[in-house]
Amino acid sequence: MTTTIAGADTSADARRRPGGLRRERIGHLLQHHGALMVLAVTVVVGAVAFDSFATPQNAANIVVSSSFLAIVAIGMTFVIISGGIDLSVGSSFVLAGVLAAYGSRYGLLVALLLPLAVCGAIGLVQGLIVARTGMAPFIVTLAGLLGMRGLMLAVSGEGANTYLVQNDAFSALGQTSILGLTVPVWITLGLVLLGGVLLQRTSFGQNVYAIGGSEEAAVLMGVPVTRVKVVVYLISGSLAGLAGALNAARLSSGVTILGAGMELDVIAAVVIGGTLLTGGAGGLTGTMAGVLLLGVIQSLINQIGVLTSSFQQVVSGAFLALVVVMQRILHRAQRLS
Amino acid sequence: MAEIAVAPRAWGGRAGLLAWLQEYGVYASVLALLLFNVVFTPHFLEVANFRTQLIQVAPVVITSLGMALVIGTEGIDLSVGSVMALASAMVVLYLGYGAPVAIVAALIAGAAIGAGGGALVAYVGVQPIVATLALLVGVRGLANVLVPQLTEFRNPTLITLGSRSVLGLPLVVIIAAALTVLIGFLVKRTTLGRQLVAVGGNRAASRLSGLPVRRVLVTVYLISGLLAAVAGVLATSRLQASDPTSLGLLMELSAITAVVVGGTPLTGGRVRVLGTVMGALLIQLLQATLIKHNLPQSWTQMVQAVIILAAVYAARGRRA
Amino acid sequence: MATAVLEARGISKGFPGVLALDDVSFRLDAGQVHALVGENGAGKSTLIKVLTGVYRPDRGTLLQGGEPVTFDNPLAAQRAGISTIYQEVNLVPQMSLAHNLLLGREPRTRLGVIDMTQLYAEAERVMTRYGIRTDVRRPLRSLGMGTQQMVALARAVSIEARVVIMDEPTSALEPREVDTLFGVIADLRTQGISLIYVSHRLDELYRICDRVTVLRDGRVAHTGPLDKLPRVDLVALMLGRDPAEIRREGATKFSGEHTTAANGPLVEARSLSRRPDLRDVSVQVRPGEVVGLGGLLGAGRSETAKAIAGALPVDGGTVLVAGQEVRRGSPAAAIRAGVSLVPEDRKVEGIVPTLSVRDNIALAALPQLSRSGVVSDARVDRIVDTFMRRLRIKAASPHQKVAELSGGNQQKVLLARSLATGAKVLLLDEPTRGIDVGAKAEVQALIDELAAEGLGVLLISSDLEELVEGADRVVVLRDGAVAGELSGDQVTEQAIMATIAATGETDG
Repeated sequence: MTTTIAGADTSADARRRPGGLRRERIGHLLQHHGALMVLAVTVVVGAVAFDSFATPQNAANIVVSSSFLAIVAIGMTFVIISGGIDLSVGSSFVLAGVLAAYGSRYGLLVALLLPLAVCGAIGLVQGLIVARTGMAPFIVTLAGLLGMRGLMLAVSGEGANTYLVQNDAFSALGQTSILGLTVPVWITLGLVLLGGVLLQRTSFGQNVYAIGGSEEAAVLMGVPVTRVKVVVYLISGSLAGLAGALNAARLSSGVTILGAGMELDVIAAVVIGGTLLTGGAGGLTGTMAGVLLLGVIQSLINQIGVLTSSFQQVVSGAFLALVVVMQRILHRAQRLS
Repeated sequence: MAEIAVAPRAWGGRAGLLAWLQEYGVYASVLALLLFNVVFTPHFLEVANFRTQLIQVAPVVITSLGMALVIGTEGIDLSVGSVMALASAMVVLYLGYGAPVAIVAALIAGAAIGAGGGALVAYVGVQPIVATLALLVGVRGLANVLVPQLTEFRNPTLITLGSRSVLGLPLVVIIAAALTVLIGFLVKRTTLGRQLVAVGGNRAASRLSGLPVRRVLVTVYLISGLLAAVAGVLATSRLQASDPTSLGLLMELSAITAVVVGGTPLTGGRVRVLGTVMGALLIQLLQATLIKHNLPQSWTQMVQAVIILAAVYAARGRRA
Repeated sequence: MATAVLEARGISKGFPGVLALDDVSFRLDAGQVHALVGENGAGKSTLIKVLTGVYRPDRGTLLQGGEPVTFDNPLAAQRAGISTIYQEVNLVPQMSLAHNLLLGREPRTRLGVIDMTQLYAEAERVMTRYGIRTDVRRPLRSLGMGTQQMVALARAVSIEARVVIMDEPTSALEPREVDTLFGVIADLRTQGISLIYVSHRLDELYRICDRVTVLRDGRVAHTGPLDKLPRVDLVALMLGRDPAEIRREGATKFSGEHTTAANGPLVEARSLSRRPDLRDVSVQVRPGEVVGLGGLLGAGRSETAKAIAGALPVDGGTVLVAGQEVRRGSPAAAIRAGVSLVPEDRKVEGIVPTLSVRDNIALAALPQLSRSGVVSDARVDRIVDTFMRRLRIKAASPHQKVAELSGGNQQKVLLARSLATGAKVLLLDEPTRGIDVGAKAEVQALIDELAAEGLGVLLISSDLEELVEGADRVVVLRDGAVAGELSGDQVTEQAIMATIAATGETDG
């Protein structure tokens, strides 16, 4: 992405400020691959500092524990690129876990499809409300967050019942390892590839970017804005549902407290990965780097031992702040001068 | 003449209904819920019950006041719950120097976090939702790092603050009421109050009119942080324990709900102080009602979701 | 006569309170470059919006190739071959040039996904034809405005546009980019593509347009070949004057000359510059003087006023009030120095719609009306009462929402806001536009009154009559620079128009 075709550059900006082009390229690099670079540095530092860090075992641990966040983050990346936000994914994730465990008594298919259908449907409804009424996505999905938490409590008997997964095939889905990685990791990899193609190589993906970049322009350019928005929230809801179901399979039960507040980690990962919350820019590579960075930081903090795991929150909060400040500075540098 | 100018905005039709709901819906709902409880809920009118309800709602009211100011500037502050936790941690850390020092330390921490978020918004130009999201995550972590586990303590001053009553009214409730009056005064009578709604209503016009837009924004976020810290201190005093992992968790949602339900538009330019307090009371009353009638907690949340959507929809319908 | 590519017959379109288009007919032939001109509020943008499906006309018909058509939305018009290129380019700034150019028509591989190699190659091929050689993978916003315009144009043409509407396409372009653009326009014309060209740069109009339609107050003031129309006549038509009989007086509420004190200037702007809007603009206003700022739309009048008020950052120049330099870029500093702006766009930059009349009036003066941060209600009431009376602001009460007032009363509220700060200099940007006749007369009388009291007024107006009768001196701007200054007997409509129309020694 960084090679440039040589030739006369006729753009007025570039002529006006020598060095502007180089600065722009550095900005571009930081924006798109900053998280990846920080990730690489962090891994190297970790490997030097701790013997037990750069082991295949630890790498597998990080990847396995990150995979659920990653699946949800794929959907969130779509939503944020389209200029929206989905606060309901954490609740979706939990609800899906409970539904999957509950559904597992009726077989593998129900255990998978029930959470997907319910969470997908709720995503769809949220998308419809956002696209049709023009209400702020923040508020609509906040209501979704509360509503789904209520639904989850209702299903789980106010959190008193813990449903155990009663289907070995379904449990196997969450726990079996292939080539050293569990099935959810492979599913994540597949979804990242699929999502990447969808985002970069299809009209739908380009439409998502166009809407997030400028909804007005997108309308004039013939983008079916309403439909694209609805689908984006549908994707986000479904993926959160899938992640919740797989997590239930891994744990062999639908746990009602895990996953609350997950939306914040997901948003943090997406933003750290270079996707702008204002929409229109970003991508899945960055998001995955963001997810892994959070995982690596968590792992490093565990290695240090004396620090509690909550230190990870401090670091990711600081990271998030740093990233958004950087983004603003890059943005201004591009606008001015 | 004077009357005629107003009359055409008759409260008729769908738009009129929505406008009425946004303006008075929260009062009507609180009243209706009270009446319902008086008739159908046994022991509802007992003083003890009222006391419990008010004590429980006080921290929500205090945080919501700050949130209302921030929303008035067309912003949002997601960090309030974490600031509560940080304030609680500070109390534990500095309790060795005496309760007053601990309280002041907690308040300073809250104000500093708020001002930091405000600076990100005003000077760097970060969207409020992102700036305060970073704080939500980071500050909660910080609180946990400072005080890693639930810490209990016994401090006479804090016991007084958290559990004593004056003239039959719990001190916590009196503080919440006093702060409500203070914020009401700030909004109605001070330069800052007038300026903050102007900034939220039309930032370009405020700038052209020479308002110190950035300073106003930083101050408003600072106040929000400060109030969240007050709520944190009160909650900690009441519990005689600090638990940064769970204290104030999801408080930002309750506060936003109270503000929105209270009729303050998310688009800024207006702050309804009393409406916000009523919004907090409404949610509290709703929870209590459902619990008293043996309806599970899940209902509260689903009903709350519907109320938020309705409140924002009503505000939207009015603009259109 | 061949059938028109696009024709509007008897179009009328009204909005609450105004008739934006009144029986307008317009005809565009194949390969024609048709200039559409008129001042603000003349109905240009409404006509364009009707032609492109943003608005539905109340009356009248649109014909395309002789067949009646209706467009439900902009997309429908675009599909029918009518593309608009707006001032703010209607593309997605964050996306790459190539993706913008080909959005919705991306080349595919056999697997059905977008073929990136093809996409970039195709984009490069297209842009080369438009004389643009740049990395098509770069995000659009990192490219110059000229390139962006060209991408919009290329996109429009490549989706088989037969009619391209360009709204002020050159306002942000460098001279060289303008040349490229005009080359492309000439090329399009030979392909039989028709253009509607909206601009206020007379040089450009005469360079590339065949015909001109002048709109004024929602009606067609003139339509015909451009080369036969002298420049002064065109300016006169745009400004709504008859060049033959201009000397007519007494239609405004201005009394005429003011007794200008002979002392030094109250406010002085020296060599204000800001690319690309302002070049070396200097203006002085003395106590008791009304200085008019003349010129066409986009000549830099509003920018000058904003720069003086500290509301627009400048690259160079200083503003002095009573000999003291005012801190640049701070409206607050300007207000403290006694300079107050009443902006052109009441809704966007003026009123705070959520607040009451009272709060709107007191807004800028709050620091003076409060003690240690607490606003004195009594003092606010007094000052609000004074100005509501003096300016005859009609509101149910001071507590009525300002958004509920009429345009004229909102304008008075903004004037009151400025006066309440104790301003010594008022910068009034189109103070009488869009308000009814009665309010207009009142505002004009008030300007007179304030000048008589010793205030300095900088008056921007597109209404020539208002300028001639209200101002003691008129500074005429053209393309962001001072084109001339008229005073005393020289201040006539004819002289102003001649100064605007003079073929400027545009050094670029």
